[in-house]
Amino acid sequence: MSAFVMPSLGADMEAGTVVEWLRKVGDTVHHGDVIAVVETHKGAIEVEVFEDGVVEEILVPPGEEVPVGTALAMIGDGSGASAAAAPKAPLPAAAPPMAGEVRRPDVLKVKPKAPVAAEEGRRRVSPYARRRAEALGVDLADVKGTGPGGVVQAVDVEQAAGRARASGREAPAAPPGRRRGFDPEAMRQGIAAAMAKSHREIPHYYLDTTIDMQAAMHWLEAANAERPVAQRLLYATLLIKATALALRKVPELNGFWIDGGARPAERVHIGWAIALRGGGLMAPAIHDADTMSLDALMAAMRDLVARARSGGIRGSEMTDPTITITNLGERGAEAVHGLIYPPQLALVGFGRLAQAPLAIDGAVSVRPVVRASLAGDHRGSDGHSGGLLLAAIDALLQKPEGL
Amino acid sequence: MNGDGTAAPRLRLTYRDAVREAIRDALTRDERVFLMGEDVGRYGGCYAVSKGLLAEFGEDRIRDTPLSESAFVGAGIGAALNGMRPIVEVMTVNFSLLALDQIVNNAATIPHMSGGQFAVPLVIRMATGSGRQLAAQHSHSLEGWYAHIPGLKILAPATLEDARGMLWTAIEDPNPVLIFENVQLYDMEGELPADAGPVDITRAAIRREGKHASVVTFGGSVPKAVAAAETLAGEGVDVEVVDLRSLRPLDDATIMASVAKTHRVLVVDEGWRSGGLSAEVSARINEQVFYELDAPVARLAGVEVPIPYPKHLEDASVPQADTIAAALREMVGRR
Amino acid sequence: MTEQEIRDAVLESLSGVAPELDLSEVEDDTDLRNDLDLDSMDFLNFVIAVSERLGVDVPEADYGRMDTLAKCVEYLRAAQAK
Repeated sequence: MSAFVMPSLGADMEAGTVVEWLRKVGDTVHHGDVIAVVETHKGAIEVEVFEDGVVEEILVPPGEEVPVGTALAMIGDGSGASAAAAPKAPLPAAAPPMAGEVRRPDVLKVKPKAPVAAEEGRRRVSPYARRRAEALGVDLADVKGTGPGGVVQAVDVEQAAGRARASGREAPAAPPGRRRGFDPEAMRQGIAAAMAKSHREIPHYYLDTTIDMQAAMHWLEAANAERPVAQRLLYATLLIKATALALRKVPELNGFWIDGGARPAERVHIGWAIALRGGGLMAPAIHDADTMSLDALMAAMRDLVARARSGGIRGSEMTDPTITITNLGERGAEAVHGLIYPPQLALVGFGRLAQAPLAIDGAVSVRPVVRASLAGDHRGSDGHSGGLLLAAIDALLQKPEGL
Repeated sequence: MNGDGTAAPRLRLTYRDAVREAIRDALTRDERVFLMGEDVGRYGGCYAVSKGLLAEFGEDRIRDTPLSESAFVGAGIGAALNGMRPIVEVMTVNFSLLALDQIVNNAATIPHMSGGQFAVPLVIRMATGSGRQLAAQHSHSLEGWYAHIPGLKILAPATLEDARGMLWTAIEDPNPVLIFENVQLYDMEGELPADAGPVDITRAAIRREGKHASVVTFGGSVPKAVAAAETLAGEGVDVEVVDLRSLRPLDDATIMASVAKTHRVLVVDEGWRSGGLSAEVSARINEQVFYELDAPVARLAGVEVPIPYPKHLEDASVPQADTIAAALREMVGRR
Repeated sequence: MTEQEIRDAVLESLSGVAPELDLSEVEDDTDLRNDLDLDSMDFLNFVIAVSERLGVDVPEADYGRMDTLAKCVEYLRAAQAK
């Protein structure tokens, strides 16, 4: 049995609020089931459970904001045995009782009683924590208490101050009050924190290449001409599939930089940057994009866009991307040089599909071209790898029938 | 170190031996000093502290008394008023209640009521605490009661060094001084320099440095607190142990400095909780360093029952190393 | 189907793709992609929607003839008439 915890749904997430429990105590759950909806500044995210079992206890009611890592529910085998392991159980972990040992009622009673439930509107903050908050310029409204009964202690204030420094913003930043659903201002804050971190911490290197898209576009036009409109492919499908396949050849750019080291991922989960009308951006995962047919990929993209805009993205889709692709599509600028989304190792950008003169076999020819760029984390890879990746994407797009 | 720069040889001895050495030293230093109490002479003391002293110093200076605490404590007060330096041994703190009138109404008040004309340079030693299966009439910890009384000084030696060193300083003090020797400590073994001597009797001592939480305690609970701190050190929690040493007056400065350093404090007292010394220490911390506290002041005290006779119940009725460790874990939110 | 009915179908399809749009601001010469900020996925979904509503198959090559409201209505009216 184990605790189902508030997941970190991105480098910029510190806390989340359970908006809704989709399962109740006693329900059987399976790996991958969506069991709760969590509200973040990216909007409502559906959160999955990663084991089979029975919901034995729900620890955090809807509406309560808790830090990442907080146990939200206990998943067990249905015997109820997990209740004793629940972190709310107040008994200290004393030495196992010896035979004949008696309880020490008064000894137990004299321990400071954890506040049972904070009164409405009255936060419990230790005197020392208040002094630290004043000294560090931390707004206690932004601090989540992790002490007994949720009391705010000095360590919570110090961590909040550390986070504020790490994210490069002056505390306080978050507006007071609860948010439901998508809040463009909060998402802006989230993007600001993640991108500031990226720019501050990741030594980026950039590479560009111009890719001749004539073969790919011819193939796509022919393929789509045979398809009813509902089954047509978008040109972005080719870019994503080519990038996913190319990453298999250059795996050192696929994965994460964690704890001072590159951790290449075995699978290729493409984070596809989706602009939200009304402001904002998210890059949820297309899982195992390298193994999908173009039709399956197209279906996955349609599904993802629809859910990104309606607030139905799942937790795993927020955390799994091993690389991000940003594609400016058929409009916009010719090239994009993006910032890597931490802790990923790279970002691939595609500019506008444009007609441009290109030297082909010693003659200038007007062709559809796209400028592909790579932003790489120089801690984890060098320009040579980046060049290999762009070259591999180029080569794959010259043989679209193989995608 | 001796004055000539060479280290004194170290002696291996028990707390009991250290107390005996302190008495022998005092008897040797000053001819006005004598030891008086029940069974201190021929029997050698009920805890064998004074064993051998009768043969060494004779009946004038090692005096067996009738079984009347009021009488022999009163006699000690009279001797002190008349220029002697008596050491009165009371078998246990429970029996000292028979002499409460002499201690509270006479010893503690005469210097005050005489406008400072008469000093009472009396030392009363008594055994205190549980742990020897002596049941409810021989095992209580009433130091906190005596620490309530102005005019008395109350000491709780918890180490060999203090058992050896506090007595002479107490004898030199013009006020009546009560020394509480916890019965669980008598068999504690350790080493002392052969030239160990008097120590100050006004300051608390840091027995172990730490930064995450403080335990403030005294007497028999000090070794338990140190053991609990060692256990928690293995769990990444660094606990400071403050040994009060003097229960009256309390050394507020040392207590508050420790709390200001660790921001969490557990007060451990083998005595009962209600109205006990732990309540006094807790109140002072709240009065003086409230804004340093990152958690409520916690207390671990004796269960509020007469100390039971059966071993497992007796052990369960007072703080032990494991319960101290558990209380600390909860206080630091070991998670 | 009247021109007005086609126009209504186009606007309803647009609304389905971009629910936050204020349809009263969509004018004849509004560029659907640039002015309404429809990306290629949105536009594809829009084409799918109007195709289903009007029973017209729109070849990809003709997307360029549907870039304003007026051109869209005109194109679809002609296609339906075929």
